[in-house]
Amino acid sequence: MVDRNPVAGGPGGGPGTLEPAPGGERDWLRFRDDPAPDEPAVTLDAFLDQSNAGSVRLEAGDDVRRLGPVLDRLRLVEVDFPRFRDGRGFSSARVLREMGYTGEIKATGDVLVDLIYFMRRCGFDSFAPNVPFNREDVNAAMSRYPYVYQPAADDAVPIWKLRHPDLANG
Amino acid sequence: MYRYDKYDQAMVDARVEEFRDQARRRIEGHLTDDQFKPLRLKNGLYLQLHAYMLRVAIPYGTFDSRQMRKLAHIARTYDRGYGHFTTRQNIQYNWIKLEEAADLLGELATVEMHAIQTSGESVRNISADQYAGAAADEIIDPRPWCEMIRQMTTFMPEFSYLPRKFKIAVIASKVDRAALRWHDFALRIVKNDAGEIGFEVYAGGGMGRTPFIAFKIRDFLPTDQIFSYLQAVLRVWNRNARRDNIHKQRMKILVHELGEEEFARQVEEEFQHFLTLATDFPQAEYDRIAAYFAPPPFEQGLSDEIDRSDPEFALWVDRQTVAHKAPGYAIANISLKPIGGIPGDISADQMDLVADLAERYSFDEIRATHAQNLVLPHVRKQDLYAVWQALTEAGLADVNLDLVTDIIACPGLDYCSLANARSIPLAQKIAERFADRQRQQDLGELKIKISGCINACGHHHAGNIGILGVDKKGSESYQLLLGGSGDEETSQAKITGPGFDENGIVDAIERTVERYRAIREPGERFIDTYRRVGMDQFKEAIYG
Ligand code: SF4
Repeated sequence: MVDRNPVAGGPGGGPGTLEPAPGGERDWLRFRDDPAPDEPAVTLDAFLDQSNAGSVRLEAGDDVRRLGPVLDRLRLVEVDFPRFRDGRGFSSARVLREMGYTGEIKATGDVLVDLIYFMRRCGFDSFAPNVPFNREDVNAAMSRYPYVYQPAADDAVPIWKLRHPDLANG
Repeated sequence: MYRYDKYDQAMVDARVEEFRDQARRRIEGHLTDDQFKPLRLKNGLYLQLHAYMLRVAIPYGTFDSRQMRKLAHIARTYDRGYGHFTTRQNIQYNWIKLEEAADLLGELATVEMHAIQTSGESVRNISADQYAGAAADEIIDPRPWCEMIRQMTTFMPEFSYLPRKFKIAVIASKVDRAALRWHDFALRIVKNDAGEIGFEVYAGGGMGRTPFIAFKIRDFLPTDQIFSYLQAVLRVWNRNARRDNIHKQRMKILVHELGEEEFARQVEEEFQHFLTLATDFPQAEYDRIAAYFAPPPFEQGLSDEIDRSDPEFALWVDRQTVAHKAPGYAIANISLKPIGGIPGDISADQMDLVADLAERYSFDEIRATHAQNLVLPHVRKQDLYAVWQALTEAGLADVNLDLVTDIIACPGLDYCSLANARSIPLAQKIAERFADRQRQQDLGELKIKISGCINACGHHHAGNIGILGVDKKGSESYQLLLGGSGDEETSQAKITGPGFDENGIVDAIERTVERYRAIREPGERFIDTYRRVGMDQFKEAIYG
């Protein structure tokens, strides 16, 4: 059993790379190996109306469960944080993963670098914050916590499983 | 008592280093205070009127002599030789320097303590019955569940930014000593007809500017589903609460707006979903934690006799001690409410003394209570005299548990940047007015609670007599409330009428109390009389 938290190098992503955004105007952080979708994301209502779109943009108050029936044509979900204090997006991402969505989930807006570790645990795998992150802060935030207390949308093994290896079977 | 293993320790140590880094970025000017604020608030660090204030968690109010001595050391080294116990069973230091805060947290970590999630929009420190593990009337010690919930709710990824704070309480007896239904989420451990242990669950309580008493959302929740249930409640709230008005974001408001039934329905739906994710902690983990809370090795065959020949001591025994579940033992309450003192304040030397007494006489256990007092939970009756003598010498032997001078007061305008009025000087004035011992005893149980503003940290909604500081055209003024309670018959206090200035409010309280004395029936406490006769009788006494 792995006795360290595997969040940073979770499935579908290496340690995370800072790359120029498709628009080229700022650096963004991405933890996926597949090519980044470059079509513009549309609103939830527009997405549900339009059969050809592959990227959707969720506002903080949008009900993510409405995407349930159309997950298979989704490649990118942008989840917006209008203010860092608005934590609804954390639930949106985790619900998406619980519904089985494996495409990209990008956090946009007022994203605090100190919280990206918890966002990764909820299923976010790319970040395009209003104010670009600095590489050192990203590394520090991602490697801060050696363990996790509870399961989430990632593969990290909770402490209680480490304490009872005989019980853990996955 | 619970002890950290390498995992718990690593998590707390990591938090200290994270904060050290954040504080450095702030001090070096890489973070503005606006950017730093949400980070420090996740570590209990507030910027108050004169300095930083740090709130240290005492999980479910249980701690030991080693931890108390560290708290004393911190009071001497980082503060001005004092600490302040709060209504959340925590301790606060009022004179902290940002430059030293990381070192302070580092020292706490060496004794398995922290300030994680003691402020900010997070799941806060869990409250519990201060007599847990000792009370004669409990079904089971609730603290293993408290510790398990502490771990479940530490650094919850999905709930990194809840709409507001979220307070949990757990008790395991009929009598409620933890103000259960004034919490956002509350559990009472019960036994069902089949003899199984489970939780009676309450949701949506809270004080503040819009007080609500929590409603019973579930009669019986199997204990091994608690994490699923808790996540369901948090998710329903996190996804649906308003985010546009900080005063309307507590869970109680959502419960009120959706209605209890609809809220419960949504929680139930989300709960069934969470059960399919299999995130609950296993029985083996409960067993591991519960082993730490095994009863201490109580001596058998002890006498229940107490030598009452010293009348001062006898008075203290009658008021400050409570029945213990083990024969020959008592629960001893230590008053932090000396007449004229600051409610909840304790000096570093007094902390050391309490630590010594706990180590010597109480199986090394201390409890903090939401009424801002301390408890030695397991004292042999034959040792009570020695304990009382030591407390007397340290100025900690006041005889006023639950009496008119056992006042709960928030820090108020002396420290708090949100305050409208001072709480501490008013508490002192009231205590002085009713200082006479016989008068206090005669008045019996009477809980006065003072808040310096509408945020209600002093629990005025739950006071038999509540006092609320308001700002009236730029001068401090106080509203008087009657009839609140945080016990098993939870009730919300009501405003009597026009407010008073500082002297006026003390007189009004005296008129209230004298009216009670005049009309009470034998055996009635103040709250009983109030419930029997209602507000009008008292209004007439107060306003004439
Ligand atoms: S009730 Fe108001 S004045 Fe008192 S501590 Fe709370 S916020 Fe400050």
